[in-house]
Amino acid sequence: MSANIVKISPGFEEIMPEDYRNLVKDGPYGRGLDVDKLGTFKELIEEHPLCAGCGLALSLRLILASLPNPEDTVIVGTTGCNSLSFSQVAIHNIHSLFGNQNAVATGLKRALKIRFPQKAKDVVVIGGDGGIGDIGLGMVMHSWFRREKITTIMLDNESYSNTGGQESGMSCEGAVLNMAPTGKKFPKISLPEIARDAGCVYSATITPASPKRLGKVVKQAILIARELGPTYVQIYCPCPTNYKFKPQESLKRAKEKEKDGSYPIKEYLSPPAKEFVEGLEVVNKPR
Amino acid sequence: MQKVDYPVLAGPEGYLSPSAASMGVVLPDEGEALVEGRIVPEEEAMEKIAEKLLSAKNPFFFPGPLILWAWNEKAVEKAKAVKEMTEVVPAKIIPMPDYRPKYPTINPREEINPNHPNLTIWHNKIDVCVFIGVHCHYANLALKIVRGGTNCYTIALCGEYGHEDAMITLRDVHTEKVRQLTEVIKRAKAERKGRR
Ligand code: SF4
Repeated sequence: MSANIVKISPGFEEIMPEDYRNLVKDGPYGRGLDVDKLGTFKELIEEHPLCAGCGLALSLRLILASLPNPEDTVIVGTTGCNSLSFSQVAIHNIHSLFGNQNAVATGLKRALKIRFPQKAKDVVVIGGDGGIGDIGLGMVMHSWFRREKITTIMLDNESYSNTGGQESGMSCEGAVLNMAPTGKKFPKISLPEIARDAGCVYSATITPASPKRLGKVVKQAILIARELGPTYVQIYCPCPTNYKFKPQESLKRAKEKEKDGSYPIKEYLSPPAKEFVEGLEVVNKPR
Repeated sequence: MQKVDYPVLAGPEGYLSPSAASMGVVLPDEGEALVEGRIVPEEEAMEKIAEKLLSAKNPFFFPGPLILWAWNEKAVEKAKAVKEMTEVVPAKIIPMPDYRPKYPTINPREEINPNHPNLTIWHNKIDVCVFIGVHCHYANLALKIVRGGTNCYTIALCGEYGHEDAMITLRDVHTEKVRQLTEVIKRAKAERKGRR
């Protein structure tokens, strides 16, 4: 049934707005595409209201191009800059109250399992560091404790950017922001390790400066969650507006932080997840 | 005749008009329909829909995702029947492919959106419209905004229990009932022709 979501009923093709016709003709649904194919298909997000040079926007574009099964995916979001772009995303998405996203995703995942027992329906939480690392942390961690088969992706811009720049738990120690003028007094939360210890079978950090790797991490996080249990991906998303650098320097900044280790790239796999990923690599190896 | 405390009439009723349900309008039972807040037999409502559509200057159908997308055979069949009805009237079609608010704005010539349906109605000068295949909560939202801000006469052909906020609503509208209504429109059209 799901592939038919993107087929227009006969007789109505001509009256559909061009954007929708193009999505049906050239969209990524049912095609197993990847970030290296960007530019060759109609993307799931093409316009958004985020600032120029926003790391969230780029990461979101890369995430959407890496979904293994976009027509069978539901994204659950929460308050934050990134949520403003979701009305432009051509995929099922739900906006939850601030911090509730992993509880909503849990209910949704369980309901989909009952409704479509034979189908793989991926539920992916995408939120900011405020929603996932601070305000929603309780719900996030309890979904991990319960081993819910959902993927949680944090778009980590290291601040509350949407409300003018307050420090978040994910801001680095000493970070100075509009509304944290004396600098943050304690270190960044080590969420990838907390995720691992709380039951995530896969936990990784990445930046959009490595787009292919980002695509691979997102894809395998979703596939592992489908089979084994909760997974967590944390993406560094530079925010030029609140960290006060030029929009065109966003990627450079991500690259530098990746290189000098100030945004450490990590990957934890449980033994079953490791075995699963090795299996995937064998399947995907070019013959 | 049933007394209607709150007649559901074409607007503009003003910003934040109350929902008809909150004013005491209740949904019809099987075999019944609502006309301007009054419960009537379904056949009477069908005649009224035909009259409204045939006397409209600029009637439009707003098909929603439930029929625009080929989810299953039932959806495709119903879509076919709706298309035939629009041709019989004849009425133009503006689709509601999904419910994304798409800020800052949609193109009101190309699509209608439950979050700002008034734009589509104003821009296209629509005096009678039909909602069909729109999920309940979005139909409710759009119908209320239309009644609040425009003078368009709204008809909701609902697959479930109907919509109090439409001026006319039929319930349980599946393919067969769409075809039945098309026949009523055809007959009314022939009668109007005969009278002229
Ligand atoms: S404030 Fe920062 S995170 Fe928010 S949209 Fe602008 S650049 Fe992106």
